[in-house]
Amino acid sequence: MTTKSILKIDDVAIRFAGDSGDGMQLTGTKFTDETALAGNDLSTYPDFPAEIRAPAGTMAGVSGYQIHFSSKDIHTPADKVDLLVAFNPAALRANVADVRSQGMVIINGEAFTKKALVRAGYAEDPLPDLATRFNLVEIPLTSLNREALQGLALSQREVDRCKNFFALGLLCWLYQRPMKATERWLNGKFKGDVREGNLRTLRSGHAFGETTELFPTHYSIPSAKIEAGTYRNITGNTALAWGIVAAGEQMNNPVFLGAYPITPASEVLHEVARHRNFGVKTFQAEDEIAAASATIGAAFAGQLAVTISSGPGFILKQEAIGLAVMVELPLVAINVQRAGPATGSPTKTEQGDLLAAIFGRHSQSPVPVLAPASPGDCFHTVLEAFKIAVDFMTPVVVLSDGYLANSAEPWQIPDIKSLPRKPVSFAKADDADNFQPYSRNSETLARPWAIPGTPGLEHRIGGLTKEDISGNIVYGPENHQHMVNLRAEKIARIATVIPPIEVEGPDSGALLVIGWGGTRGAITAAIEETREKGREVSQAHLRHLNPFPSNLGDVLKRFDNILCPELNEGQLSMLLRSRYLVDVQPFSKIAGQPFKVSEIFERIDTILNQKD
Amino acid sequence: MAAEAAPKLTRKDFVADQDVRWCPGCGDYSILANVQRVMPELGVPRENIVFISGIGCSSRFPYYMNTYGFHTIHGRAPAFATGAKTANPDLSVWVVTGDGDGLSIGGNHLLHTIRRNLDIQILLFNNRVYGLTKGQYSPTSELGMKTKSSPFGSIDHPIDPISFALGCGATFVARTIDVDAPHLQQVLRRAHQHKGTSFVEILQNCPVFNDGVFSEVEDRKTRSESALVLEQGQPLTFGSAGSLKGIVMQNGLPQIIELADDDDPVERGVVVHDERQEMPSYASALATLKRPDFPVPVGVIREVEKPCYEEMLVDQVNAATEQNGRGDLRDLLNSGDTWEVS
Repeated sequence: MTTKSILKIDDVAIRFAGDSGDGMQLTGTKFTDETALAGNDLSTYPDFPAEIRAPAGTMAGVSGYQIHFSSKDIHTPADKVDLLVAFNPAALRANVADVRSQGMVIINGEAFTKKALVRAGYAEDPLPDLATRFNLVEIPLTSLNREALQGLALSQREVDRCKNFFALGLLCWLYQRPMKATERWLNGKFKGDVREGNLRTLRSGHAFGETTELFPTHYSIPSAKIEAGTYRNITGNTALAWGIVAAGEQMNNPVFLGAYPITPASEVLHEVARHRNFGVKTFQAEDEIAAASATIGAAFAGQLAVTISSGPGFILKQEAIGLAVMVELPLVAINVQRAGPATGSPTKTEQGDLLAAIFGRHSQSPVPVLAPASPGDCFHTVLEAFKIAVDFMTPVVVLSDGYLANSAEPWQIPDIKSLPRKPVSFAKADDADNFQPYSRNSETLARPWAIPGTPGLEHRIGGLTKEDISGNIVYGPENHQHMVNLRAEKIARIATVIPPIEVEGPDSGALLVIGWGGTRGAITAAIEETREKGREVSQAHLRHLNPFPSNLGDVLKRFDNILCPELNEGQLSMLLRSRYLVDVQPFSKIAGQPFKVSEIFERIDTILNQKD
Repeated sequence: MAAEAAPKLTRKDFVADQDVRWCPGCGDYSILANVQRVMPELGVPRENIVFISGIGCSSRFPYYMNTYGFHTIHGRAPAFATGAKTANPDLSVWVVTGDGDGLSIGGNHLLHTIRRNLDIQILLFNNRVYGLTKGQYSPTSELGMKTKSSPFGSIDHPIDPISFALGCGATFVARTIDVDAPHLQQVLRRAHQHKGTSFVEILQNCPVFNDGVFSEVEDRKTRSESALVLEQGQPLTFGSAGSLKGIVMQNGLPQIIELADDDDPVERGVVVHDERQEMPSYASALATLKRPDFPVPVGVIREVEKPCYEEMLVDQVNAATEQNGRGDLRDLLNSGDTWEVS
């Protein structure tokens, strides 16, 4: 047996790619878990087709899972990968352009039959050419896996289905990952020979790395220096779901989640539905309209009400959200944005719904809008959204996106004591003599939350124009103007309770890069790269899109240039320009993919060069 | 007892302080008055009563009831009611809708709310026309009806609300008449008593856009001939002395036979009303009886038992809590693989 050398490196990005039935998402997730346990900082990017099982071996069915891990603080899944594991020719063809020059490409050589090459759209064998540009490693994955599982009572199909775990074992050897979490998971998930098969092929893959001549070197990536605490991996969708559960606990009131299944938001419904023992009620409605309507009905009856959806469904909810604006009931409406218009690309990310969230209802219908900046931040954003909704008696929109939804990052588990805690309070029967359904809190302008079941507070609310204080239907012109102004003022006052925007870097200068939502990681990485080149640039990232933080105008005016990268055609740029009369330069990308760090870096570079 | 100590409520306690704004002569006035009369008899604390409506003439109803009320958006009242009832199963939730609100824009929600069988009451005021938008044909308008939007006659085949509700698996289905106060009140009481979704079609006159559409059953002089009053365990007879008739089934189809005053209708084969038949075919057959060939059945057409959505949900919450213990946020956040960084 040869002695293998170990090379210490700081930063690696790899991608698993195969058919959507090959278990790539699972393989990637398990590698991610092991990497987290190894103490690296990490960022993942699952990229999969909308089709559940597209025809095997075709480009349409390729599913990929990318993970970037490092001994340093990282912010994105990386623009290029150092290693691609391609289970078939289609996976190779769809992904090889993202491998860095002279990077490693591991393929299942046995999957590269003439027929499979044609099916993937290769006119000729690509391997000879690729071998000149990459470190191409062919392994007979199918037969290695079959050999490992000899003697088990599994069908050929079941045996072949295990081969992703052979690859996982090999990669765990290559990057010196533990395999304990995966073994524990397999032991809990499967029984009998299926469990045995997966465990055996996982270990065989690891042993293969140790013994084969194909890999003279394996790598160690020291653990990252991150803040002390307890960590876990979390995706944006899980964080949204746990934020919803946490809101019920922290506000001491049951949660009602109404939703209709839609990619990529459904997982939030699935996750919350598991936690009935927190007293949460989930309602799978007949459509998005009913989901929003039932949720508002639950808010009327005194529950913490939340509805989740993605773009097309969110638009269907707008009329109901408008009613919640009119009747001033607390509601959190989450939109996990996806690429559109229409059905668009359900599994691909975009930030196209910002203006729809702020302005997308008929007439003057102001709502606060919040956006999380990272997967883990989804948790805290939901908690804040509930607090604003209840304190100001208003619907609140939260804009996540497909990238945040599925990406994982290490998340420092918050100390429960550090989370905001404020039990909800309802109008009381003792107040019956003075009760008016639209009386106002002098600070927040919120009306009382008076719920059915409270004696003496019987009252009617509805969508018709109403008189302030009494809530009686009134159509007069002065009253209408007054109520429009009042609802606008109520939302504007939220700016008094949200923190000022912080500038990372010099608080004035040549260039401020401002973004919102899920692009923070890419922007941060581009800015760090710029600074490494010795140039100054500042960053600000908006969580509050409506109302804006009160100091935002002052901040913007202190910079010569403002760059606003967005995964849309410049929606935030438009808002900032019209609101503050500053020359914000939009930087748009609408490709269904997150920003690459290099794209933003180059744009920053261009602006700074013009300046010089 | 607290219930005895509380002052007995009267109709007046359910009258809101708002001016009623329906057209003079509208059937809704009579429905409102009878609902207000029935409320004090139900034994439900006023604060637990919620009226929820969509959009349309009928949907102004909650503003006139001194209870909790929510005037929502067009067609969606059943969904709002679903949320409210699920949130607080102790509430007595009443949905007020119309033929346009409930069966056109809101048909989908009506369907799914009925099939879930929440313990609520749905009152559908059917006047076979759009009133608030000023007189267009509705999903229950007869074929050929001329309106502003159908100047050459409606070419939409109408839907029958009772057949629709039965098709959705409704556990309680009844029909009554706006101006027949005793019958209306009796049906409302029965609807309230029923555990599950109670669907009540109320035939209602629109004096402005569809005047007289149900005059045969509204007019006391013609009612006995044109309405088939259903009573549990009683034969399906109608007409008055000297011209009694009954409904028999021949080859699975309803037929009318003439009865002499001293006939025993049951012996003559007249069908005995059984609202509790599990098989919906009997109720569906009743729903096909229409003017002018048949009298219109009024009363409780079907009442069966099925578990209610909100109860099953509460059961799941309780079972999950019993099985796993009350959820603990710290445990949830720390579940699965975690690691320490020091």
